[in-house]
Amino acid sequence: MQGASTDIATRAIGIIDQLKGGEGPLLPILHELQEEFGYVPHETLPLIAQALNISRAEVHGVFTFYHDYRDHPAGRHVLKLCRAEACQSMGADALADRARELLGIDWHGTTPDGAVTLEPVYCLGLCACSPSAMLDGEVIGRLDAEKLEEIAAEVRL
Amino acid sequence: MTVTFYVPRDSGALALGAGKVAKTLQSEIDARNLDARIVRNGSRGLYWLEPMVEVETPNGRVAYGPVKASDVAVLLDNGMGEGRVHPLWLGLTGQLPFLARQTRLTFARCGITDPVSLDDYRAHDGLKGLENALKLTPAEIVAEVTESGLRGRGGAGFPTGIKWKTVLDTAGEQKYIVCNADEGDSGTFADRMIMEGDPFVLIEGMAIAGIAVGATRGYVYIRSEYPYAVEVMNGALDVARNAGVLGKSVLGSSYAFDMEVRVGAGAYVCGEETALLESLEGRRGIVRAKPPLPAHKGLFGKPTVINNVISLASVPVILDKGATFYKDFGMGRSRGTITLQIAGNVKHGGLFETAFGLTLGEIVDDIGGGTASGRPVKAVQVGGPLGAYFPRELFDTPFDYEAFAAKDGLIGHAGLVVFDDTVDMLKQARFAMEFCAIESCGKCTPCRIGSTRGVEVVDRLAANVEPEKQIEILTDLCNTMKFGSLCALGGFTPYPVMSALTHFPEDFRPAPVAHAAE
Repeated sequence: MQGASTDIATRAIGIIDQLKGGEGPLLPILHELQEEFGYVPHETLPLIAQALNISRAEVHGVFTFYHDYRDHPAGRHVLKLCRAEACQSMGADALADRARELLGIDWHGTTPDGAVTLEPVYCLGLCACSPSAMLDGEVIGRLDAEKLEEIAAEVRL
Repeated sequence: MTVTFYVPRDSGALALGAGKVAKTLQSEIDARNLDARIVRNGSRGLYWLEPMVEVETPNGRVAYGPVKASDVAVLLDNGMGEGRVHPLWLGLTGQLPFLARQTRLTFARCGITDPVSLDDYRAHDGLKGLENALKLTPAEIVAEVTESGLRGRGGAGFPTGIKWKTVLDTAGEQKYIVCNADEGDSGTFADRMIMEGDPFVLIEGMAIAGIAVGATRGYVYIRSEYPYAVEVMNGALDVARNAGVLGKSVLGSSYAFDMEVRVGAGAYVCGEETALLESLEGRRGIVRAKPPLPAHKGLFGKPTVINNVISLASVPVILDKGATFYKDFGMGRSRGTITLQIAGNVKHGGLFETAFGLTLGEIVDDIGGGTASGRPVKAVQVGGPLGAYFPRELFDTPFDYEAFAAKDGLIGHAGLVVFDDTVDMLKQARFAMEFCAIESCGKCTPCRIGSTRGVEVVDRLAANVEPEKQIEILTDLCNTMKFGSLCALGGFTPYPVMSALTHFPEDFRPAPVAHAAE
């Protein structure tokens, strides 16, 4: 465990050092840490605070303010379903219910096998081909129940 | 002669399978040993026809759509390379009625050029605005923008030239140009489309802004939900820098200007300009009290121009063709063109750039073609989650900042979300409050607490608990939020709520339970 933790710290410090010189570097650092680890490990927050000469509370405040940052790893796949108005007008609410039923999880939940995390998103800018979704960063338009079932089966493989 | 095919790389087209279409087309080209190339353009904005593949012919570009990967081989067999007729054949792209009816000034190149080819950009009048700007004094550039009548396209509609003049007149050793590309409003995608389809126009607009006000650094704050836009913008910035459009000497002039992309982290409130500045500085996206205005004390406390993507992307054409040319479009105090985004339950959804002044009915029924479901239109939400719901009775409202305000609505970023008659307006009102509660930055009480109380009141209304009393409370609450909130999130959430309540009262007063058979 000690080894893993030291490894995280070393990698984190590398990222922080690389980015801390820019203007307003906190968000870019958090993004990069999440990119590296899949989440922002708790032990990296004091390292950021120290490097940027701000309080740990401030780093914690920023980290928890933004919806994107995770404090634990997500599932192997991340499915984001748009819940905003344009998608609502095309039946997104029913699709969201179906997704939760198919995966057996609620919003922000991860299936027990670690296959997929379900997240709400408020607009992907695909409002003229709604309902929309994003699977592992890939955009999906005109989502329907059939496509959703395919996705649910696929991510569990 | 090499045949040129166009397959969009716009997220909307990708979401509908354009990536697979391009891949299949490339492998067919290779397998058939055709002398052809594929350009990954932006979208023309006709999303019901995406993925729309085009081919260059002697008569102009011919379109096919919507094309599936499985159609590609058949299309090639049937002479797509020469623009021959096929069931998916749409004719000359420029003559498609949805495009032919538009006035494309800001979106003149979107979908036509290769987004990251600066040569293509130049060949289509790109950089002319910047070249003209370099011949003017900063004050003359600002005067030109003021004279054009351009108003902030992000939603507030504040005159862009006045904002620029304030920054120009404010002394500061470092000034900034910040582009608000945190396009979080549902029903809007114009910012995304232009960043993915014609990123140089935004870069050019920002460079002009920098020269005009004396700023040497710029930031484009793009929401994280737009990964493709981030990728294209970054690619275009590299090209612009290498070509000397950006850097220590903009196009060989004495002006320096450079910019970078920053990515948001999923907070809707960061679309509010002062919250965005906080976020750029590395803090929580908490709204600042105004004054001081960002023009005086903006990013890092320095004088800052903060404009929406479409405002900045409209600047090059103004400097290229002149303020008078731009101003001649539009009506009243709404000058130039507006990039309508027609979305939701609509047959012909997409981007429609036109002069101000079309009525809501013309936009929804004629251009949008009514609902996708084929059912009657019940409501149209204009201006995003903080915009009002318009009933059919108000379809004669012309698309203009003042006309919409007069009907207790707003045009916002010009997104329109169409709903058919299955929509429950009480549910929509509840969602508006719920969304405000989720996204509130928490600084001011009317927004932070009001939105949560709002959800509770609507829930009691839905449960038919003393409905008249709840309506009274909801109205009073909306009044408090409207006048007591620090920014538009809490301040405008009452628009969807009150418009739903006012125009669709039947959804808020459940039908009395029928008496047992008499």
